[in-house]
Amino acid sequence: MLEIRGLSKSFGGVKATDNVTLDFADGSLTAVIGPNGAGKSTFFNLVTGALKPDAGQILLNGVDLAGRTPPDIVRHGIGRAFQVASIFPSLTVEETMLAAVCADQRRAGVLHRRFPLAESRGRAEHAMELLGLASKRDRIAATLSHGDQKLLDIALALVLDPKVLLLDEPTAGMGTEERWRMIDKVRELWEKQKITVVFIEHDMDIVFKIAPEIIVLCYGRILATGAPDAIRRNGAVIEAYLGTEHHAGAAI
Amino acid sequence: MTELKAGRDGEALGISRTGARSQRSRYGDVLIALAAFVVLASLPLLFGSKALLDFVIRCSAFGLFATSLNLLVGYTGLTSFGHGMFFGLGAYGYGLIMQRTGVPIPIAFVATLVITAVVATVIGAICVRLKEIYFAFVTLAFQMLIHSTILSWASLTGGDQGLRGGIPRPAFFGIDLSNHVHLYITSCALLVIGLLLMRQITQSPFGYTLRMIRDNATRASFVGIDVWRAKLTIFVLAALFASVGGIIMALFVSGAYPEFAYWTISGEGIFINMLGGVTTFLGPMVGTVLLLILNDTVTRLTEYYGIVLGIVILFFAIGLRKGLMDFAVEWYTQRGDSEKERG
Repeated sequence: MLEIRGLSKSFGGVKATDNVTLDFADGSLTAVIGPNGAGKSTFFNLVTGALKPDAGQILLNGVDLAGRTPPDIVRHGIGRAFQVASIFPSLTVEETMLAAVCADQRRAGVLHRRFPLAESRGRAEHAMELLGLASKRDRIAATLSHGDQKLLDIALALVLDPKVLLLDEPTAGMGTEERWRMIDKVRELWEKQKITVVFIEHDMDIVFKIAPEIIVLCYGRILATGAPDAIRRNGAVIEAYLGTEHHAGAAI
Repeated sequence: MTELKAGRDGEALGISRTGARSQRSRYGDVLIALAAFVVLASLPLLFGSKALLDFVIRCSAFGLFATSLNLLVGYTGLTSFGHGMFFGLGAYGYGLIMQRTGVPIPIAFVATLVITAVVATVIGAICVRLKEIYFAFVTLAFQMLIHSTILSWASLTGGDQGLRGGIPRPAFFGIDLSNHVHLYITSCALLVIGLLLMRQITQSPFGYTLRMIRDNATRASFVGIDVWRAKLTIFVLAALFASVGGIIMALFVSGAYPEFAYWTISGEGIFINMLGGVTTFLGPMVGTVLLLILNDTVTRLTEYYGIVLGIVILFFAIGLRKGLMDFAVEWYTQRGDSEKERG
C-alpha cells in the first residue's frame, strides 16, 4: 500500500504541493487530474525521488521513501513513465529492456560477462510481449513512432517489476485513436499485472471512462477524491475547471 | 560495434539495428587480438626497420590513451579535456618508482596503476558530479594542477627538464626491455591486452549501463542505476589504461617530461578521436595511426605543422562531420542495404 502523509514542496513562495495526504490501495487504478500548474507532475516527482519534499512521508508498505534517491525508490518498487517519452535513443527496444532488467538484477556493473545476460531474457521478453513491442525488438528506439516510444517508456518502468506504477500523461501528444489505444493498453496492464497504477491525464473522457478512483489537485492541494460520478458533480472541481459562472447545474 | 551514431544513422536510413550492430563473442575478440599480436610480433622478422618498430611502440602508447578516452567520450558522454593527466601520471609514476626504489618492473607497473587509481578516484569523485562543459573544464583544471606540480616540484620530478638520467630497465622473466625488440614486443602485448580488456568493458552489462547514461542519465537513474558510481568507475578504469600508455611512453623514451602531462596531450587525444571516430571501438586506434603518420610526415616537410593539422581537423569536423571509421562503417552499412534492396 502506498500512503502519502502531509507531503509538501515549495519553490520560493509557491506551494507546488501543499500538505497532501493520500492512500493508494494495492492493485488500485487512480487518475490524478487538475488544471495546468495544479502540482500533478511535482507530486509524481516527489514520490519518485526526482525532487526532495520539504515535509511529509511517502510510505510504501510501511517503509518511508521520502527524500531518497530515484534508484533507491525504484528498487523499493515505485516505477514511473514520463510525460515526454524518456528512452535511450541509441539502443534497440530489446537492448533497452535487457539493460533495464540487468540494472534491476543489480548486474549493471558486471564487467566479466558479455551483454546480454541469459537470466535477463525472460523478463525482458515478457515486458515486450505485454506492451506489444516484441515485433519491434530490433528497432533503434529513436526510430520508433511517438506512440511506440511512449509504450517503450512504460515498458521500461514495467520491466522493473514495480509494485506501484506512475504514468505521467501516457496519452500526451497523441491523436484521438492512438489515445484510446494507449489507455486501453494501460487498463489491460493494470488488469493483467495486478499492480497499483496512478496516472495523470488531461482528457476527461478517458479519465471518467477508465479510472475507478480520481484525485483532483489544484494549487498543490487536494481538491477532491472519489469515484468518477462524485467528481463529475463536485462543485469545487467544476469551479476549478470551468470557473464560477458555469458552476450552477454544470458537470464536467 | 557501431554505437550512438549508428542509431542516428539508422534513424536517417529507416533501418533497424540488426544489420548495423554485430555482437561478436568474447572468443572471437580473443582470436582477433591473438592474430593482431602475431602480425605485430612478426614485423621485426619481416622488416628490419627500427623506425617502424618505434612507430608501433608510439602507436601502442597513444592508442591505449586515445581508446581509453573514448570510453569516456564515446561510450559515456563524458568529454574530458584533462585525460592526459593520467598519461603523464603513468609516465612519471613509473619513472620515479624505477629510479628511486629499484624494484622489479612488474612491481613498479602495478604500483603505478595503484597510484593512478587513487588519484583518479579522488579527481573523478569531484568531476563526475558535473555535467558537460563543467566536467570538461574541471578535468582540464586538474590536469593543469598536476602539470604545475610537476614543474614546481623540481627536486622530485626534475621540473621542466623532466626525469633525467634514464629509467632503469632490469630484466624480468627473461624479458630485457633495454633490448629494442623486447621493448617492442612488450608494448604490442600491452596494447593488445589493453584493447581486449577495453573491448570487454564495452560489451559487458556495464558497457550498456554506460550507453544508457550517455543517452539519458536521468532515465538511467529511474531504472535503478547509480549514475555517479558508474561514471566514477569508468573514469578510474579509463585512467588506468591511459596510465599504461604513459608507462609505455616512459619505457620508450627512458624518461618522463612535463609535456606528457600538459593539456596538449589531452587535446591530441580528442583530436585522435575526432580523426578516427568515436562510434566504433577501433576508431581511436585508427585515429592514432593517422595522427602519428601525419605528424611524422608533415614535420619532415614543413615547420608549419600546426597549420596543416588545423586544416585536417577542419576537413574532418566540417567536411566529413565524422571520423574516418564512422564514415567507413556508414558507407559499408549503406552499401549492404542497397545490395539487399537490389537483391
